[in-house]
Amino acid sequence: MSYQLPKFRHPDLPVNTLGYTKADYEGAISTLCAGCGHDSISGAIVRACHELALEPHRIAKLSGIGCSSKAPTYFLGKSHGFNSVHGRMPSVVTGANMANRELLYLGVSGDGDTASIGMGQFTHAVRRNLNMVYIVMNNGCYGLTKGQDSATADEGSASKKGDPNPFSAIDLPGLALQLGATFVARSFSGDKGQLVPLIKAAIAHRGFALIDVVSPCVTFNNNAGSTKSYDFVREHSEATGTVDFVPMRDEITASYAAGHTQEVTLHDGSVLHLEKLAEDLDPFDRVSAMIALEQSRVAGQILTGLIYIDKDSRDLHDVLETSRRPLNSLTEEDLCPGNKVLVNINASLR
Amino acid sequence: MQALQAVNEFVIKFANVNGTGSASANNLFAKAVFRMGLPVCPKNIFPSNIQGLPTWYEVRVSERGYLGRRGGVDIMLSVNPQSMPQDIQELEPGGYFIYDNTKPLDLRLIRSDVNIMGIPLTRICNEQYQDPRQRQLFRNVIYVGALAALLDMDFAVLTGLVEDQFKGKDKLILPNIQALELGYQYATENFDCPIGIRLRKSDRVGDNILLDGNTALGLGAIYGGATVAAWYPITPSTSVVDAFEKYAKRLRIDPGTGRRNYAIVQAEDELAAIGMVVGASWNGARAFTATSGPGLSLMSEFLGLAYFAEIPTVLFDVQRAGPSTGMPTRTQQSDILSAAYASHGDTKQVLLFPATPKECFDFGALSFDLAERLQTPIILMTDLDLGMNDNMSPPLVWEDDRRYDRGKVLTAAQLDEMERFGRYLDVDGDAICYRTIPGTHPEKGAFFTRGTSRDEYAVYTEKGEEYEKNMHRLMAKWETIKQWVPAPIETPSDRETDTAILFFGTSEESAMEARDYLAEEGIPLAAMRVRAFPFNDEVEEFIARHERVFVIEQNRDAQLRTLLMAEFELGPDKLKSVLCFDGNPISARNIRKQILLQMPGYNVTPLRRERVVAGAEMNS
Repeated sequence: MSYQLPKFRHPDLPVNTLGYTKADYEGAISTLCAGCGHDSISGAIVRACHELALEPHRIAKLSGIGCSSKAPTYFLGKSHGFNSVHGRMPSVVTGANMANRELLYLGVSGDGDTASIGMGQFTHAVRRNLNMVYIVMNNGCYGLTKGQDSATADEGSASKKGDPNPFSAIDLPGLALQLGATFVARSFSGDKGQLVPLIKAAIAHRGFALIDVVSPCVTFNNNAGSTKSYDFVREHSEATGTVDFVPMRDEITASYAAGHTQEVTLHDGSVLHLEKLAEDLDPFDRVSAMIALEQSRVAGQILTGLIYIDKDSRDLHDVLETSRRPLNSLTEEDLCPGNKVLVNINASLR
Repeated sequence: MQALQAVNEFVIKFANVNGTGSASANNLFAKAVFRMGLPVCPKNIFPSNIQGLPTWYEVRVSERGYLGRRGGVDIMLSVNPQSMPQDIQELEPGGYFIYDNTKPLDLRLIRSDVNIMGIPLTRICNEQYQDPRQRQLFRNVIYVGALAALLDMDFAVLTGLVEDQFKGKDKLILPNIQALELGYQYATENFDCPIGIRLRKSDRVGDNILLDGNTALGLGAIYGGATVAAWYPITPSTSVVDAFEKYAKRLRIDPGTGRRNYAIVQAEDELAAIGMVVGASWNGARAFTATSGPGLSLMSEFLGLAYFAEIPTVLFDVQRAGPSTGMPTRTQQSDILSAAYASHGDTKQVLLFPATPKECFDFGALSFDLAERLQTPIILMTDLDLGMNDNMSPPLVWEDDRRYDRGKVLTAAQLDEMERFGRYLDVDGDAICYRTIPGTHPEKGAFFTRGTSRDEYAVYTEKGEEYEKNMHRLMAKWETIKQWVPAPIETPSDRETDTAILFFGTSEESAMEARDYLAEEGIPLAAMRVRAFPFNDEVEEFIARHERVFVIEQNRDAQLRTLLMAEFELGPDKLKSVLCFDGNPISARNIRKQILLQMPGYNVTPLRRERVVAGAEMNS
């Protein structure tokens, strides 16, 4: 069952430029376990979309199957949603995006949904640089089937059942970088200060934007010995720097400290301000990003923040040279060549 | 020895080596016959191979207009030593075996009851050409030239065709005509031309065209307004998307911007291909995929989602011989059951069965209207025989005032006037509900599409009665669908009969020819061609009207018969099977024989199916 949130709100809730309060971006009451990291990520999505003043009905939220994939019910209640088939969300988004290039596609997946059953579709969506935000709610285990290890569980990490995972982990940001991803970030469900600007940047990015969010499973994988527990992640996360997202229409007012900082203007005119960047990371250089990621992994740390961004990203519509008008808006006049053409084709077949 | 005598009624088969350019020469022959005003039916019988293995091209010429496989071969043109032992055995007594005698024929192969004619094709080429590739290519053109003399063909038709074929590459025209002349000259100098089988100009072609079903399907998708094609390469369906792309490049470029009014995505596998179609259709575009048996298996999970969540989905299945990889370059109609009930759980899928390229075009375009009107997958079931062979077909026609039927899609204005939108609410009583396209309205019409159970307002529920109600509505929709799919075509017998034949797709031509044979032998048969599943009421009435009905199909397990029995709850006695599944298109002689064997009084011992199947193999 889905339960709707009560409609009454504090009268002084702040509204965005569309006149919407944050409540207008919320969804049904979550049925996930109390304290689940996924609910925090849903909250971050709500905040990012509210602050960016996106029209909720111009967002499509899509998912596969699993705890993570249930989450889209719990945010953006005015948006169309599609809870598809296990591991197959990327293909559904690909088709949807081809049909209408004007909507924002927000894909939500989990570690099982992405790194196991959906690995093929994930990698190919990355390769095609499909214009979408792809959030992995990564808890290292299968929650809905009661806690089996997933393919992102670190080797040696033990879930509640106690047996250390004997297999090496799939690192999604590392994999995405190798596949040519144009926006790669990692974050932690417990760090909204980092996650919200990353989601905003991912939305503004034209192309495939991966955010791998470590999101502890409070029921099956939040114990001592797990590398995806709240405690472990808090102790071992290492940020690449801080990210500040400035939408196109806003003036840059914040003053940034001197030091290692970078500024990126995204295709929609918004600006990404990267501050206190790690000395050895150039987020515009794929090789540098890969090295930083690998060094952090070897050191037993979890590298978070914006890891890589390609400023000259070309998405699948650019490559396919599709019409700038959404394909789903074309009519008979645009699409049907008429009988006269057919008469000529017939003549060539005699 | 008797030599076969025939004018404009015969079967010629070419035996070649794959990858030697024989296809275009053989095609030249078939098209020349067609241009002489004669109905023609060429069939490629090719291996799963790019170069080196034996390949055949069988051409049925029939002034009477029989376009199916007849069975048997009257002229064998064999230039492949690998297959000669088999080729010469296939000939009818009195037939003609024309072969490359640069190397002498193995004496053990010689049959005393056929006419053996040698043409030193390799030697002629070696004398005429220096370039090895030319030697190989022109060898094929030379035997077409020889056939022109042997069969008394109109040589001007051949030269005209060569000129058409190489328009724009004019320097290739003369060498090809010279090669034709070389063959023609050799035949007239060395044989008594024409032989007993000959061609005479006729006027039996009318305004028909020669076209393969896959190209017609690709064109149907263009005319039907498809904008998204997602696919994974698989024989024999690949040329559907190839054709779509070819015509899209010509007909779908926006004149103002030069950008494309279509998107073709080559997917990573068939699971992704159908997922893309589902996503695009959900988002309001017309989308399709094309595949064959193995792809259909992979797509079945998504087909269940599309059935249950009621998402328009168009799938073209070009069937080949299964199971598994089976015989990937040979034809069958063996995906019927797996398509009809595709996916786990209780599902029923709409199937369309075209029989001609024109129907491929018509049904191809219609699929998009039906998918949106009925909000369910439409699976068009064609096969390798129809898809990859040139078939004589009525010309393609499009009514210019035809509008696309987008079905029940709510606009923002309509949503404004509504109290509450219910995605799965049966408002009109036809069990088809209203849908919305994402992004339509700021406040209304958004819902969660899902494969899990939900109520009429698309809200997740695990209440058994809500689930059951929805499943019952889907069955009620199945009844509505019967009124929308193409009706069967019935051909009554001109004499009273209690026996009928029933078939679909590419069995039509051979079935109707066999029916003529049997009528001459005193067995009149009523006939019905089924064109869709769910079966229309006419199909049930037709079966009820007859004592026995032979269901003719190209698979081992009598899949259409099983489907008829299951859907109409018929007992096993009424429907008899006529089957062919050796990978070749079913032939008229085969059908006649299988029907005769099962007619009361024609056979004393009751037949088990194994016996019938053995008969099929003997005479396919």
